[in-house]
Amino acid sequence: MRETLRDRSRARGLSRIRPPGGLRTSATVVVLATAVLLPLVPLLVWSVAGTWRYPDVVPGRVTRRGLDLVLDGEVVSATATSLLIALTVAALACAIGLSAGRAIGLHRFRGRRLVQFLLLAPVIVPGLAVTLGIQVFFVRYGLADTVLGVVLVQLMPTVPYAATLLGAAYANLDVDYERQARTLGSGPLRTFLTVTVPLLRPALVTTALLTFLISWSEYILTLLIGGGQVTTLPLLLFAAIGSSDRTAAAALGLLVVLPPVVIVVLVAGRLRGRDDAWMGLARG
Amino acid sequence: MRGWGWPVAEPTLAARLDVSGLGARFDAVTAVADLDLTLASGSFTALLGPSGCGKSTTLAMVAGLLAPTTGDVRLDGASLLGVPAERRPVSLVFQKPLLFPHLTVEQNVAYGLRVRRPAGGGSGRASRQEVATQVEEMLERVRLGGLGRRRVGELSGGQEQRVALARALVLRPRLLLLDEPFSQLDADLRAEMRALVRELHDEAELTTLFVTHDQDEAVELADTIVLMLEGRLAGEGSPETFYTAPPSLAAARFFGATNEVRGLVVAGLFRGQGLLEGALTVPTTAPDGAGVLVVRPEAVGLDGEVPALVCATRFAGSDVLVDTELLDGQSVRVRVPLGTRVAVGDRLSLALVPDRCTVFTQEAE
Repeated sequence: MRETLRDRSRARGLSRIRPPGGLRTSATVVVLATAVLLPLVPLLVWSVAGTWRYPDVVPGRVTRRGLDLVLDGEVVSATATSLLIALTVAALACAIGLSAGRAIGLHRFRGRRLVQFLLLAPVIVPGLAVTLGIQVFFVRYGLADTVLGVVLVQLMPTVPYAATLLGAAYANLDVDYERQARTLGSGPLRTFLTVTVPLLRPALVTTALLTFLISWSEYILTLLIGGGQVTTLPLLLFAAIGSSDRTAAAALGLLVVLPPVVIVVLVAGRLRGRDDAWMGLARG
Repeated sequence: MRGWGWPVAEPTLAARLDVSGLGARFDAVTAVADLDLTLASGSFTALLGPSGCGKSTTLAMVAGLLAPTTGDVRLDGASLLGVPAERRPVSLVFQKPLLFPHLTVEQNVAYGLRVRRPAGGGSGRASRQEVATQVEEMLERVRLGGLGRRRVGELSGGQEQRVALARALVLRPRLLLLDEPFSQLDADLRAEMRALVRELHDEAELTTLFVTHDQDEAVELADTIVLMLEGRLAGEGSPETFYTAPPSLAAARFFGATNEVRGLVVAGLFRGQGLLEGALTVPTTAPDGAGVLVVRPEAVGLDGEVPALVCATRFAGSDVLVDTELLDGQSVRVRVPLGTRVAVGDRLSLALVPDRCTVFTQEAE
């Protein structure tokens, strides 16, 4: 009998009893908020500053130029492009990561270590060096200067993480769940969707968020393959920084950090609200 | 048809299973070799054997989770080879409950009903209402009525395995496969679950194949025991047979607590050799040659002609175990009732009754 004490306490609902006030999770939220939100304050101030000279504590003049800039057509379309690319990259990286992760996590085959290394290689080898090389092929196949090309090249820095994270998740997966589902009448695809994916959900959420963020903040690969034709938010941000327009840089900077901040806030909320593991950040 | 209010027109569910020449090889390892097995419709068969003997592999091949290297699996005469696991009218309950953690108890039990394609490509899946009714009925049957909305993590080990049973049975399988489903439960719970499984089997008129390594479990539950050793069939028969007339020496050894006396079979008579010559003769149908006489301790009487010396006695609760030595030094253990006056050094005359002894041809060892 493997009914452990934990199972028994779960059976009686004892796990619902938590320390009063959830002091630990409250502290976590405060730390997260301080570490993540506080550094954004100067950025926020800069984004509305018309003039801000030493030794003034607050800007001398407030402007809505930053706000206007963010609502500008070019920025809106760059945001849409960034979102489209990042969402596509995250979805593709998860899909590739699921199959690669299944292979390295579940199966013991000859050359498994080599495959694992090759999957991780793009993280170790500077992506820039590789991209300079493959740019030729992208041009040849008409992928340069296209959104599709940018999506493909951004798989390079994202798939290694996806494959590694999901490989680890697969290694912990009990495939007997899948075998059980099969004997209950579920075909391979349905089994994958109704059993495997839910079992891998925490790792999948982590992978999707991580790869989304990598793609969202990618600059150099987008510039090289997109050739200035595919304009994403980081491209506009770097341009603003380059032209020493601090108000514009601060406003765009805020826009760029918005998704990560939203994600962190969501995570913090989940940390408070639930007691099961989510994103591998907490164990209930 | 008795049971769960199923449509009367439906034919008898329980199927006859025929396994012939079944074999499974993994690279150089033969897990199962040339296995023949027949389960009559409605029978309860225990597939018994030590761990690693290939019984779980056999079950996986019957369920369709593993393609056999050789042989055939037929259900009511129709071959299942090439039929994927999800299309076989067979349910399998594993050693672990394997309840899907993201679903409630109800949803777990309903899983098969929701995903399984209706046989014959008919009228589509069962309606939501039908599913709910069947699930609730099934949960009642495994004594979990009212727990349907629980989360899986809130159940105890025994409850989990009952949900697993319900999830398998709600599909009305024509063959139920159980792979050591209670081995992770403690003794009390195991006894309770055995009774439940037997009850469900009888009520639903199932054909059941139950894999276990525990001979007590097999004896208690099954109508027929099939013994597997090292991937091969090592005997088949009723539980009584395995005690009174084991089908093979290996079977006798697996059931344990048995005496082996070596001798020679000549013209239908097992004879002791050497100093036992003339002292020990038992009629047998075994062929001539070196033989081994097998007899259980409780089958040896004290009113016979075979001289034996008492070496040790041991109190064993309801009776006494007496270790004796025959003239040639072979030892025989005898189980005698409490209160029998036996002491170390006593000389006994053992009775080896022919119909309680089995003689096997001795294989070169």
